[in-house]
Amino acid sequence: MAESVQTPVSQPHSQAHSGAYRQPGGMRGFVSDWASDQQAFKNVSWGKAMMWIFLLSDTFIFGCFLIAYMTARMSTTVPWPNPSEVFALTIAGHEIPLILIAIMTFVLITSSGTMAMAVNFGYRHERRKTALLMVLTAILGAAFVGMQAFEWTKLIHEGVRPWDNPWGAAQFGSSFFMITGFHGTHVTIGVIFLFIVARKVWRGDFDTGKRGFFTSRKGRYEVVEIMGLYWHFVDLVWVFIFAFFYLW
Amino acid sequence: MVDASHDGNDLITPAAVEDVELYHPHSWWTRYVFSQDAKVIAIQYACTAIAIGLVALVLSWLMRIQLAFPGVLPFIDADRYYQFITMHGMIMVIYLLTALFLGGFGNYLIPLMVGARDMVFPYANMLSYWLYLLAVVVLVASFFTPGGPTGAGWTLYPPQAILANTPGGQQWGIILMLVSLIIFVIGFTMGGLNYVVTVLQGRTRGMTLMRLPLTVWGIFTATVMALLAFPALFVACVMMLFDRLAGTSFFMPAIVEMGEQLKHGGGSPIMFQHLFWFFGHPEVYIVALPAFGIVSDLISTHARKNIFGYRMMVWAIVIIGALSFVVWAHHMYVSGMNPYFGFFFATTTLIIAVPTAIKVYNWALTLWRGNIHLTLPMLFSLAFIVTFVNGGLTGLFLGNVVVDVPLSDTMFVVAHFHMVMGVAPILVIFGAIYHWYPKVTGRMLNEAMGQLHFWITFLGAYLIFFPMHYVGLVGVPRRYYEIGETSFVPASVHDLNVFITVVALIVGAAQMMFLFNLVWSLRHGREAGGNPWRATTLEWQTPQTPPVHGNWGKELPIVYRWAYDYSVPGAAEDFIPQNQPGTLGVTREAVA
Repeated sequence: MAESVQTPVSQPHSQAHSGAYRQPGGMRGFVSDWASDQQAFKNVSWGKAMMWIFLLSDTFIFGCFLIAYMTARMSTTVPWPNPSEVFALTIAGHEIPLILIAIMTFVLITSSGTMAMAVNFGYRHERRKTALLMVLTAILGAAFVGMQAFEWTKLIHEGVRPWDNPWGAAQFGSSFFMITGFHGTHVTIGVIFLFIVARKVWRGDFDTGKRGFFTSRKGRYEVVEIMGLYWHFVDLVWVFIFAFFYLW
Repeated sequence: MVDASHDGNDLITPAAVEDVELYHPHSWWTRYVFSQDAKVIAIQYACTAIAIGLVALVLSWLMRIQLAFPGVLPFIDADRYYQFITMHGMIMVIYLLTALFLGGFGNYLIPLMVGARDMVFPYANMLSYWLYLLAVVVLVASFFTPGGPTGAGWTLYPPQAILANTPGGQQWGIILMLVSLIIFVIGFTMGGLNYVVTVLQGRTRGMTLMRLPLTVWGIFTATVMALLAFPALFVACVMMLFDRLAGTSFFMPAIVEMGEQLKHGGGSPIMFQHLFWFFGHPEVYIVALPAFGIVSDLISTHARKNIFGYRMMVWAIVIIGALSFVVWAHHMYVSGMNPYFGFFFATTTLIIAVPTAIKVYNWALTLWRGNIHLTLPMLFSLAFIVTFVNGGLTGLFLGNVVVDVPLSDTMFVVAHFHMVMGVAPILVIFGAIYHWYPKVTGRMLNEAMGQLHFWITFLGAYLIFFPMHYVGLVGVPRRYYEIGETSFVPASVHDLNVFITVVALIVGAAQMMFLFNLVWSLRHGREAGGNPWRATTLEWQTPQTPPVHGNWGKELPIVYRWAYDYSVPGAAEDFIPQNQPGTLGVTREAVA
């Protein structure tokens, strides 16, 4: 199956030094494992390592956004609007707090599930199932962005602006549009790449070794997993935004 | 001491790393312009950085002329002066130093030194350069917009950065500055991910992390730091862009300007400072760590002696990198943040002196009883150590809250950071260029011009910045475009200002000679051969000089030893290349 898995060849410690060498234990052994020959992360491909490190960097971006938002929220002298009321929808005469966000969150978490299934089928080289599940993931992601657009529209109609809103601190609108906008951009980019990768999978590019248009490199089914890493990250970030912005 | 009497071959595990799928260019365009070869990208980065650096140099001339001879250049008014300060600072810190060390030296040296054919993702690497170029173009464009570039100071502190009375504040200047920084961060991320993954996952057989030359360790750690610190700058720029364009008030408190209440209110200018310096302080070390690494290798090579305490050096780099993330607020002692913070940040700041001092002692001990060749790279390295110690000592003054408060915003601060983060890394850049130019071009740089360049630059830097400490101590504030007849400013300050300016003009002119040398030696320099410095590291062992696309020919090199087997007792030569197998004398690798 997974053709990307390389045979483990590097020894954790170099056992040379003519027998007199003892494998170091404790902290020294820990360091020597990490520092060992050729690869720090054994059997992790370059693409996957790169995505993990990128996500670490991106975590700092979202972290800075969220901390800045919390700082603004805590230091403002004007009352903060009540999210339960702001983000309520009136359905059949009942005002239901946070209902839209609940649905959005549900949709996004579901898409993580379909993504995980796509990764699984990707490693089995079942092209059709993989591609269909990726398309399904992308559709769920697009639905999320669509609902976000609906939410933005509703709030804008109610008078929320980046510089002002009817209920309290101006930073409410600023943070809301900036953070959900930045996250929505991430989801949108994910949707686009999901479609691109799904097309490659469907066409069988990773079986035939077709070279990429820009990079002129051969892709592998592992790309599906790397795509999945990004997608799960975007979902995870949403959980934090949900907690800190909507539930607080 | 371990006798290296084992056969080197049994250290070597089979290849676990795939060979890079290289893109082979078919045309002049893809070979030299839109090239995916890290070496070409490195040269592109370096040339662009030096070109924009010249702009910064000219700006510094203009500022010095204004300070020494106020009014002699009639087009410099207060606004122009602020714009010059801002652009000089931003260009030097971000677009020159960061880009040259990481984009230039990083791209050239990482693949060669770790024994790879190229960066792991050459295409993203190429994009990184083009985004960097775009960022530079956007930055330069601001000179030609109505109102000119931003004059907010290189730290871009709000609220003044986006107010109407700051040059470019309500015009294009600040917008283009922020957009340019955002593009730079995105572009850098593409390159930075490449450098990190290449070092972690793309090394050749036998190259353990603890055999990496310290140059790679410095660039690697700095890149990791950049990937974690630039996000704060990115976020700060995005938020300020919203404040400027969308009318938000993230950083803008309620302000009455010219008797008029602005629409902003409720934001926190201090928050910007926290975000900015969470990037800004690691940035100091993003510039310094590659310099530390490079200088270690230059000293070891040109003193024909292994680096003293290699492991300690590695750990010092890593610890400095980690600590630099928890010291940022020492830039903010007078900002009005909670005074208790000062105590914490002063403590962490002074703790950084420990690993830094370890490095300085190790450099000195490497030189101790070494076979010191006073080549140009060695001269610049020695100059760096002295300068860095000088700059570091004034850092002890500024790191302490009570001493910093009276010194804040004086020329003392300007002198301090120019010594430690301006002059010192640039001396290393010069040393590194003299050292690696033969590998890049196949020819040596002209020695006579180099000597002249070195002595003028080194002595000149001291003649400029030593007096500036004094000017600051007597209380002359920085960023004032004209001191005028101020009672607390003694006449000596005016004389010194003239002196500093004259020296600065001469030192600047010497850089032109350096640039001339770079071009002249391309054709007229002495043929260098593959390894003119008789160095051990892999980049000197390439089959061709300059190295060709793919670096190594058919077979990747195999590494049998660390990078510092100089003057090994019992060996025939006074250096043993890293890829030389077999038993050769008594190495100090295991005890280092």
